[in-house]
Parts: sequence; C-alpha cells; structure tokens
Amino acid sequence: MTSSAVRGLKCRLCGKSYPVQALNFCTEDFGPLEVDYDYDAIRALISREQLASRPKTMWKYRELLPLDGEPTVGLQVGGTPLVPAPRLARELGVRSVWIKNDAVNFPTLSFKDRVVSVALSKAREFGFRTVGCASTGNLANSVAANAAAAGLAAYILVPADLERAKILGTSVYGARLVGVRGTYDQVNRLCTQIAFKYGWGFVNINLRPFYAEGSKTMGYEIAEQLGWRLPQHVVCPMAGGSLIGKIAKAFQELTLLELVEATPWKIHGAQAAGCSPIVTAIKNGWETHRPVKKPNTIAKSLAIGDPADGYFAAKVIRDSGGWGEEATDGEIAEAMTLLARTTGIFAETAGGVTLAAAIKLIEQGRIGRADEVVLCITGNGLKTQDAIAHLLEAPAIINPSLEEFDPLVGDDAVLVRQAAEELQAAGV
Amino acid sequence: MAIVIQIPTPLRQHTEGKDTVEARGATVQEVLDDLGRQYPGITQRLFDGPNLRRFVNVYLNEEDIRYLDNLQTAVKDGDTISIIPAVAGG
Repeated sequence: MTSSAVRGLKCRLCGKSYPVQALNFCTEDFGPLEVDYDYDAIRALISREQLASRPKTMWKYRELLPLDGEPTVGLQVGGTPLVPAPRLARELGVRSVWIKNDAVNFPTLSFKDRVVSVALSKAREFGFRTVGCASTGNLANSVAANAAAAGLAAYILVPADLERAKILGTSVYGARLVGVRGTYDQVNRLCTQIAFKYGWGFVNINLRPFYAEGSKTMGYEIAEQLGWRLPQHVVCPMAGGSLIGKIAKAFQELTLLELVEATPWKIHGAQAAGCSPIVTAIKNGWETHRPVKKPNTIAKSLAIGDPADGYFAAKVIRDSGGWGEEATDGEIAEAMTLLARTTGIFAETAGGVTLAAAIKLIEQGRIGRADEVVLCITGNGLKTQDAIAHLLEAPAIINPSLEEFDPLVGDDAVLVRQAAEELQAAGV
Repeated sequence: MAIVIQIPTPLRQHTEGKDTVEARGATVQEVLDDLGRQYPGITQRLFDGPNLRRFVNVYLNEEDIRYLDNLQTAVKDGDTISIIPAVAGG
C-alpha cells in the first residue's frame, strides 16, 4: 500500500492543495496539478537493498507512484535494458554512451506503457469504466492495449494522418479510434472538451497528474542500472515536454531520499526541426515556448506544437545547465540507421531525433568528449519503418542456386583485395 | 455584438452554473472584459495583470487566438469564444 505517502495534489504555480481526484489543473489559475508526496514517509519505506530484491518492473518503485492500492494494470511494464554502446561512443567521440531502451517496453514498445499503467490503475481506483486519450500514436497503442487487458472501454483520438502501424496497432485491441482532421494540438483541445462533457477518464487530461508520474520510473531505472548513481548527461526527446521533467524529478527524488549521491548532471532536450517550440525557446532565452501552428516532421510522435509542459521543460533544462537541439528529417533518418548499425537497436523517429541532437551537443562541446551520456530511446522503429526505407539498400534477389550467390560475395572480395593493395601502396 | 462564450466546468461556479454565456465587444479582450463585468471572479482566474494566464487557452471559433491577433483579435456577431485549460496532452 502506498496511500500513506501521497498527501494530495498541488498546483505547480500557486501551491494550492487539492484532495486526490481526477483533476489536472488548478481552479484558481489553471496551473498544472502535481502529486504531492511525503518524502519522509517514503524514506522509511525503501532502501537500495529492498529495491534490488524486487522484480524488475517499474512497480519496484511503487512507493514513489500515486496509487492507493496495488497496481492492477500493466504489472509487467518497465525494467527495460540500459545498454552500453561502446561502438556508438567511438563513432560519436565520447567516453561512454548508454541507451535506455524503452523501444522494448511491454506491451506496446514505447515509454508510454509506463504512464498508461499508472493512469489506468488510478482510473480503476476512481471507478472509471471508460478511458481515453489524445495521442500522436504511441500513447494510443498503449491505452488501447492496456485498456483491453483491463476490460476498460477506450476512446482514442489521433491526428488522421498518423503512420499506418500506429493506427492498426490501436484498432487491433478493439479501442474506438477517431482520426481527427487536424494537428495534435487540435485533437488535444477537442479531447479536453470531450473530457468535460462526458466525464471519462482521459489519461493525459483529467488523469494527467497521475499519468505523468509514471515517467519517473525511466529515471529511477537509469540510476539503479548504473549502480545507484546519476549520469553526467541525459538526452531526452520532447513532445509535450513531460518526460524530461519527470526524469529530472526522478533524479532529484533519488538524491533527496539518499539513494544516490548528489553528483552533477545535465539534462538536454531534443526536438525535430519541423516542430521545435521548446528548443527554440531555450536557444532564444525565452521563458516559455511560442506555439508552432503546423508541425512538419517525420517524427510524428513528437509533433506537438503547443507542449503543455513547454514552460517547465525549458526551465528544467536551464536549471540543470543543459541545452536543446533539433534535427531535420534527413538527420533523423541518418541517426536511426547509425543507432541500428552500432548498437543493434532499431528506434523510432523520435530516437533518431535524440541521437541527432546528441551528436550536435557533442560537436558543440556541451557534452564533453570525456563525459558519459544516456540517450533515452522512447519508441520502436518497427512502428515508423517508412522513415528509413529510402536509406537502405534493397536486398539482392536471386534464384536458389550457388552460382547466383557466388557473384555477390565475389564483389565483396574485390573490395577487400583493393583495400589491401591500397594499404600496401601507402606503405602500411 | 453578441458573442457566445463557452465556460469550462471549473469556472461555472462563477457563472451561476451556465455552460455558455453571452458577452459584448469588438475584440476578444473587450468580450472577456464584459464577461468579467457580468460575472465577477472570472477575470482574476483568466488574467494575470493585463495578460492571459500561462495555462489558459482562448479560441475564437476553432482557432487559438495566439495564431490570430491574440486579445486584439476582432470578433463579429455569432462568433463563439471557448476558454480551455491548457494543461493537457503529451
């Protein structure tokens, strides 16, 4: 039971307190509500040893998640690998690179399973029987799958032009999927109106304070998998700007709870060049973002022109000493293939954004050559295959005969011999 | 000019429970000022000094006024203004 550690909800602007309920904003100033914990109570409940003994899912950190009882949705979520990437590190020219690989999160291959399992477990505690979301795709997949497993009805609204894999990967679970002609921000506004009118549990609207807390587990896992320490740098993709703030919050909580030492860390944000309101705010020194009316990028999962957490994301980046970078469609696709070729991890377009941004941060010296960096990979490349198809060589097609196979190797052998001759000529 | 304003649930305690109200003015600013005259208590929740609060979005018909002329956006008879909390999504 974790109810003892949750004090209630609190406005992030004015500090007004609210009892736990399905409400995402302060009725005084519309500021976002956040879960308020009693950290002294939590400190008495958890230790490194105890956490190490628990099953490797996000729920090992349940004292730091806002449920009253045990989780009932998404019990296997989280515990994704933190993968060392020495070949990528050599390619980038930095000491150490780690990939936090939520491309293999369960059940729908993105970090959204973390937030959805908290939101739907909470929805059940509140007694909702119908849930929903506004989504750029990954959230749609996760709400649909987890709602199906939990026996909840789901209404899911997405921009009508999403990738086919994300449409089919939602419908298959029996969710009621609505494609809206318009941008994500227009979908989001409609969902807010629907949530008011129908009183359903929308995971990223009225359940948002609880939902967002699920992202912290990505940060806890990074620290625990590094052997209970914080990395020098984290690069995180930004859409609505919530995840980056929650990873930072996770690091702050672990420090407060003395589960890690208070070593310095910087968090950097990555966006697509065709939709970079938060990065633009950071680069221009603006306190908050200016919305982008018509996002235009292959990284559709990040195409949020008016990020709800834009102000807080820019602040957490600035406060940590981090920076923001953006990636063009070409850079995104190149980075997706670079990641795949050097680490064996096929990330979706957002992962390409993250790696491409990291490359720029290293070139600028914002991530030092002697430093260590964790790249947050939040979704799976199988959902966005069209983005890289044009960069890949088509397979050779042959009949099942050795005679047709031999010439394929023969070509390679020529290249090897030429290389040897060049080395000899160069006196190596 | 009579403009219809859609009131989000949490503000209805300040509009006698009404989900839509009418107000007058030639710009979004004037209409919201008139709303505040009719229903005291609304203005301080929508505005921080002269500016809309950071997490309040205002739409004229289907368009976010930040993509128009903000509070100076002109309105005409039959338009609808919607006040919508901005903390959603992502």
